[in-house]
Amino acid sequence: MDLEEQDAIRRVAEGGTREQMLVLLGTPTAGSTLMTALTLSQGDPSYAGPLAGIPLGLPSFHILEDGVREAIPPDVYEREIGPLEFVLDKEGIVAALEKMRIETTTP
Amino acid sequence: MVDLRNKLVLALGERDGIPGQALLTCAESAGARVIYVATQCFV
Repeated sequence: MDLEEQDAIRRVAEGGTREQMLVLLGTPTAGSTLMTALTLSQGDPSYAGPLAGIPLGLPSFHILEDGVREAIPPDVYEREIGPLEFVLDKEGIVAALEKMRIETTTP
Repeated sequence: MVDLRNKLVLALGERDGIPGQALLTCAESAGARVIYVATQCFV
């Protein structure tokens, strides 16, 4: 996530009701998914951008997760996402998000 | 199932993945309000 993007999201998140917010990702790989989700939850892990040290606490979900797909009308999902579901590394993306959720949840 | 109804959604797409506009359409069809949308490009 580039620095301008981080700054824009910080302004949006700080200007609204954060408890109602969530992030919906369309990232192409497990790595990019994890990096974006971590940045918007815990703060920029590279400490290079405007979100360094600023944990917004936003939960992230990927559009390819089954739980997200089930919330969207099937005809819309098919039209908008369609074959990309089978092109991208769905398994790796979902596994990365699930691992992050376990590791960042306070017992 | 993730309940998107009445949620405030930040839709972050990527050119090599799924574009932000597709995420927006999906989220709104599920009852969410999209408050930010972008499609990142890392070329």
